[in-house]
Amino acid sequence: MAGVAAWRGTFGAAQAERLLWRAGFGPRPGEAQKLARLGLEGAVHKLTNPGREHLVGHKPHDDKGLPLAPFDAWGHDHVWWLDRMVRTSRPLVERMTLIWHDWFATSNNGVGSQRLMINQNELFRQHGLGSFHDLLLDVTKDPAMLLWLNGSDNSKDSPNENYAREMMELFTLGADHGYTEGDVRQQARALTGFRNSWSQNSGPVDFRYDPEYHDPGVKTIFHHRGRFTWKDSCRLCVSHPDHASFFVQKLWSYFVPEAPDHGTQRALERLYKRSKYEVRPVVAAILRHPALYKGPRLVKPPVVYNAGLLRRIKRGIDTTAWTWLDSMAGQQLFYPPNVAGWDDTRWLDTATWRGRWWIAQYVLDRQALDPGHAHQPYDAKKLLDHACRFWHNPPLGPDTHHALHTFAHRALSDAKGADWKREQYPVMVQNALRQLIAVSPELQAA
Amino acid sequence: MTRPCNHCDGLSRSRMLHRALAEAGRGLPAIEPGMPLPAGTGLTRRHFLAKSIGAAVAVYGGSLLGLRAFEDGIAAAASGPAAPILVSVFLEGGADGLSVLSPQGDPLYKQLRPQLALAGGTQFAEDDRLYWHPALGGLEKLYSEKKVTVLPAVGYTHADQSHFTSRHYWEVGATAATLRTGWLGRYLDRVGKKDNPLQGLSLDDTLAPALATAKVPVASISGPDQYDFYSKRVWGEVEQRMLETIGLMGHQPADAGLRTAGNVAAQVDRLRRQLIPFQSSNGISSPVPYPQSNDPFPQRLAGLAAMLAAGLPLHCVALTAPGEYDTHADEPTALTDGLQLTSDSLLAFQRDLEARGLADRVLVHIWSEFGRRAAENGDSGTDHGAAGVGFLVGTRVAGNMVGEFPGLQKGLDTDGNVSATSDFRGVYAALLEQWFNVDAAAVIPQAASFSRPKLVA
Repeated sequence: MAGVAAWRGTFGAAQAERLLWRAGFGPRPGEAQKLARLGLEGAVHKLTNPGREHLVGHKPHDDKGLPLAPFDAWGHDHVWWLDRMVRTSRPLVERMTLIWHDWFATSNNGVGSQRLMINQNELFRQHGLGSFHDLLLDVTKDPAMLLWLNGSDNSKDSPNENYAREMMELFTLGADHGYTEGDVRQQARALTGFRNSWSQNSGPVDFRYDPEYHDPGVKTIFHHRGRFTWKDSCRLCVSHPDHASFFVQKLWSYFVPEAPDHGTQRALERLYKRSKYEVRPVVAAILRHPALYKGPRLVKPPVVYNAGLLRRIKRGIDTTAWTWLDSMAGQQLFYPPNVAGWDDTRWLDTATWRGRWWIAQYVLDRQALDPGHAHQPYDAKKLLDHACRFWHNPPLGPDTHHALHTFAHRALSDAKGADWKREQYPVMVQNALRQLIAVSPELQAA
Repeated sequence: MTRPCNHCDGLSRSRMLHRALAEAGRGLPAIEPGMPLPAGTGLTRRHFLAKSIGAAVAVYGGSLLGLRAFEDGIAAAASGPAAPILVSVFLEGGADGLSVLSPQGDPLYKQLRPQLALAGGTQFAEDDRLYWHPALGGLEKLYSEKKVTVLPAVGYTHADQSHFTSRHYWEVGATAATLRTGWLGRYLDRVGKKDNPLQGLSLDDTLAPALATAKVPVASISGPDQYDFYSKRVWGEVEQRMLETIGLMGHQPADAGLRTAGNVAAQVDRLRRQLIPFQSSNGISSPVPYPQSNDPFPQRLAGLAAMLAAGLPLHCVALTAPGEYDTHADEPTALTDGLQLTSDSLLAFQRDLEARGLADRVLVHIWSEFGRRAAENGDSGTDHGAAGVGFLVGTRVAGNMVGEFPGLQKGLDTDGNVSATSDFRGVYAALLEQWFNVDAAAVIPQAASFSRPKLVA
């Protein structure tokens, strides 16, 4: 921790809530207040050392009430993971799993097996806060990754550069940082030897390392010469002088929208190297950093937004609609757009915003009040207070509050002329206010 | 056993998304009993298409209060000369130029491509070494009508072989890693309006980075008939008021994250108002048939033509072509499927524009982030290369080949990739000057250093 600044201001429910959004999927009712009582140190310690996972709430099921089939049914992989996000007792581990999925972005479009994708996902969960070096080694030989970036097509007789290039460009060093086209070709040679077979019924099977396919010759990588293997490839990347800065910058960007200042960047690099590439201390330092509490809000990734709304109203996974809804909002789990992952700086545009509208509408639809039967007060202020309470009083800014109050006021004025409208409009206004609050800027960014 | 190599492929994702949207169509709740028609206008889609569409749109605008943005946009498009439209079509993944126009007349071709070399097909009239890919019949037809300009080796020197870096360069219009606005976005920042998100439109699930602006709003939609909003048990006047509130929340907060969310909500609001006439169950009807496909590309083009015909104030449009172009393995099938649907759809789009009398207003630019290595990789595929093939399509293209095919003997760089004989930044500069009539220097960094090919007749 030495050398990395820590937040010294108040750590109340507001700060704890922000921490829960950055390090997880937002608070369940009362959770922010509970976490605030631990103080910043205690809260970060609890998140980074969560102990064994237990899942809170109802088991997930599909629209017919049947158990999920995440290995087999289309879209069930997505909701299977969303359920973990909603119910987990280890939100940071789950959030780190999402970060690694984006970092080592593998898409089932190229893998074609939900089982292999979920196996890879477990790898991310297992290594979530552990050693990045171990994670890189495991990812390099992970079957889904071998298929995705042609690792098991890469042999001494027909080298395939795909994994070698992305390993340096996207996973460990950054584009054009400390490697050349020559290094790409030499790394590809070092990475040769992985194979798999194909079965008529099960597709890709029998992933293995076969020395017969490995190029045993001398390679020159980053000016080092040797008969390097895939393990050397990983080691050379992680110990490359440009790796720590890439790692810190990228990891930071998932938690704080503005880049760290130079001093913080260097201090985090030192921390990372001193801990021998451990992720946990670096994440803990970022979660304590003043920039996380003082700086601007971060737009929530779509699945975080979705899981967060469900946690707020304690609803479990009872439909698989979240798969296509989150996809409309720009994030279908296990299908990142490409090997660079999602663009975390551009979640919101006119198409994906509409996806969030529909997520909110689906979150709310089972609780929509029936204008024919329900009763709500014919009073704009009371309606708005009630709708805010429904969402456990999220802090709305004055503009948003004003816009919502004006909406309610005008809609009630429309009802003046007819008795049935005076009965029914307040109910519709209540439904509409809940919808509008859910898509308000204050609930899209935290 | 072989399989497609899909890495870096956002296209299968958009196909997936399309499936998801189809799913969405099934999953959407039925309109509740007693719920009035949307917007209380009673103006149906059929009505809309049967009339002079601009007038019908104005009726919509007039029936909703306070829609100045929409009215102004339509009015501006209807009065004065209609803006020229540029449609950018991206072949994502790095399309293999040496298959798109195969150099069958080059003595080294079969040597470099023992498995993949194509044979036969139509000879390219401007260079008898080159042959059209058999799947490109549509483009070839338009070429024979002098509606296609071919760029046989377009790119830049020292091509970056990363998908993301090279694509980024093409998108921002400069070999600058840190530039965050797109080349079309910077153009729109100069000429665009503060109240018209349709001026830069991605027909896609997310915004094309080439359209990213710093000042004016731009939009992305899957299709013009897919921009509806709904909330259960909210209808009629209350629904209208609810929807009109979308753009008013969090108007000008100091916080950057809130501002982003608020700005996008305001753009959503304007776009929703502009597209109200397209929200109906009848879908888009077109004067010509488009290819039937699960891929949204042909329907998006059909929707684009309908929007242009409706007089909606579009200016720069971006789409991603169907197909998988990152062909590290199993290239022949993947490439053929993608090129076929792309080319057939673009032919239908051109015919649609011609039938609607809009063809002279539209230019289509087809590009990919790089070509592929001249030598095949032993996996029935090819690895990342340098220069690739590009096209411009439209009735007003100059029609003469830009740059030449450099040949496989002398035209390869030290990595064995095709060297560029035209520069994408010169193409952009020429499009800005000849098609949009603005000074390219204000949009493309160091524009003066690139020679402009003649692209527009």
